[in-house]
Amino acid sequence: MKHRAAFVYSPAYAAYSFGTEHPFNARRLELTVDLLQSMGLLYPSDVEEPRPATPEQLELKHSKQYVATVEASSRTGRPVPGAAEYGLGTEDNPVFPGMHEAASLIVGGTLTAAELVASGRYTHALSIGGGLHHAGADTASGFCIYNDIAVAIEHLKRSYGVRVAYIDTDAHHGDGVQWLFYSDPEVLTVSVHETGRYLFPGTGYVEERGAGAGYGYSVNVPLEAFTEDDSFIEALEKVLPPVLEDFRPDIIVSQHGCDGHRLDPLTDLCLSIRSYALVPRLIHELAHALCDGRWVAVGGGGYNIWSVVPRAWAYLWASMAERSVPEVIPHNWSAKWAPRSPVPLPQRVTDEGFPPVRRRREIEEKNRITVARVLGGLVRRRQG
Amino acid sequence: MLVEDIMTRDVETVSPSTNICDALAIMEERRIRHLPVLAGGALVGIVSEGDLKEAQSLVIRDCREGAERRTPVEVVMRRRVFTAHPLDPIEEAALVMYRRRIGCLPVVSGGELVGIVTQTDLIRSLVELMGVNRSSSRLEVQVPDRPGMLAQIAELIRKHGVNISSVLTLPAEEAGEKKLVFRLQTIDLRRIAGDIREAGYRITWPPTLDETR
Ligand SMILES: [Zn+2]
Ligand SMILES: [Zn+2]
Repeated sequence: MKHRAAFVYSPAYAAYSFGTEHPFNARRLELTVDLLQSMGLLYPSDVEEPRPATPEQLELKHSKQYVATVEASSRTGRPVPGAAEYGLGTEDNPVFPGMHEAASLIVGGTLTAAELVASGRYTHALSIGGGLHHAGADTASGFCIYNDIAVAIEHLKRSYGVRVAYIDTDAHHGDGVQWLFYSDPEVLTVSVHETGRYLFPGTGYVEERGAGAGYGYSVNVPLEAFTEDDSFIEALEKVLPPVLEDFRPDIIVSQHGCDGHRLDPLTDLCLSIRSYALVPRLIHELAHALCDGRWVAVGGGGYNIWSVVPRAWAYLWASMAERSVPEVIPHNWSAKWAPRSPVPLPQRVTDEGFPPVRRRREIEEKNRITVARVLGGLVRRRQG
Repeated sequence: MLVEDIMTRDVETVSPSTNICDALAIMEERRIRHLPVLAGGALVGIVSEGDLKEAQSLVIRDCREGAERRTPVEVVMRRRVFTAHPLDPIEEAALVMYRRRIGCLPVVSGGELVGIVTQTDLIRSLVELMGVNRSSSRLEVQVPDRPGMLAQIAELIRKHGVNISSVLTLPAEEAGEKKLVFRLQTIDLRRIAGDIREAGYRITWPPTLDETR
């Protein structure tokens, strides 16, 4: 029972969809689940049904007016007057009929996963549809309507009185979660991402360390554009263990956006599947070392839904469930999806290795300096 | 904007044994206020006009005509040197200089001095800096340097209903061209970038999947 892991999923997640032309494509979950099944990594007994979040639960971290605006827009499928002020009805966050229900189910999935772990029924739980880290108290942002992560963390705090460490390795800064707990010393947020100098949302600098009582409890590691596996992994291995050991969490919540992969069209990081195999392994070890294994993981960004997302998340689930990923992609999966895929599907779960980026040495050097500045801040907090 | 974009690459330096009078002469001649001190290629200190003013009695004693030049730079230089990296954003360099009340930062990469960035460099680039106050992404477009270009690009952005957080123009490397740098309130620039490319302009950021990698 030491490693019992739950896979929280429902095919109804597909309703969280902004349309076929939109980059946030719900089909990625179907592709992932299908790959896991054809690899023999996911059994029916692993799967737990999500319950939709109630408006009261959403309001743990969202304003009443915002939830009401989403609900009203969702009923008609059109943005109600004033919705634009909440970031709704844009190209990024278009309104669609039933969006409130679809987004509430995603939040419910992460709440369900948190509940399964906190209650002790499972050691680990994966809310594969979750990870909507950009949503704010009253803003839709970056394809995120409700912030499932922040709601679940707040629920954990209030119902179980736990200290939560949040780790975000999506290529974009985990801004929504960070700002929602910016002055909270009971919630540590750690985000490792491509620098906001160019990339959305434009925040996540080292000096964003938290405010008031929460000073020192926001940690940001902004990496250079074009960062590759070695440098990314080095940064994680240098930062995560000391920062988490210092904080002593009761539970870890981690976001596993895989949009930093070289083949992802929305960001400039140049990672391979190697990084996405390492991240869950490292977090898994930390969870057992620091908090009896209590670990809730969520999905996140990932916009190359054919070549990247299913493989990256196969490693995530396999790590949680302690099963090993076969090297070759099963033929039945490729045969089923190839006719629908606009790109050739990968034949192996690992990447062949990409040619090095032009300024590798300087990028690695700069990332080391960034890591040193992050750790320097940690030492200051200990002394203070 | 990065330190490497604004730094001076041709750096005047001295060695620890250089006499303070010679250092002063170099500063006056080159109209500069700081000299990095190198020993065996490594940065070991920095000496400024201000440091020499503080050591005025030594300067007066050593630098009179016919006097014996006894004081090397290492006596007056500062050994604790704050440095920058070529890839540091200039706002970070500015912050260090402001907090430490210093006038320049030697730029070090791979253990070597590769440039120097001064307050003057920063003030010059200040007008080119833009803030990030809303969630946004950076878009850089190179356009001919003639009237109406900003309006044309802005119109292509408007069609997507995307709000512009900020915009600035920079000179481009190519003569007759300039760069428009936007922060746009969207996570996905691809459609806008596609439209701008289709209209015949060059996007210098973000790169496409095939570019630069
Ligand atoms: Zn385990
Ligand atoms: Zn992302």
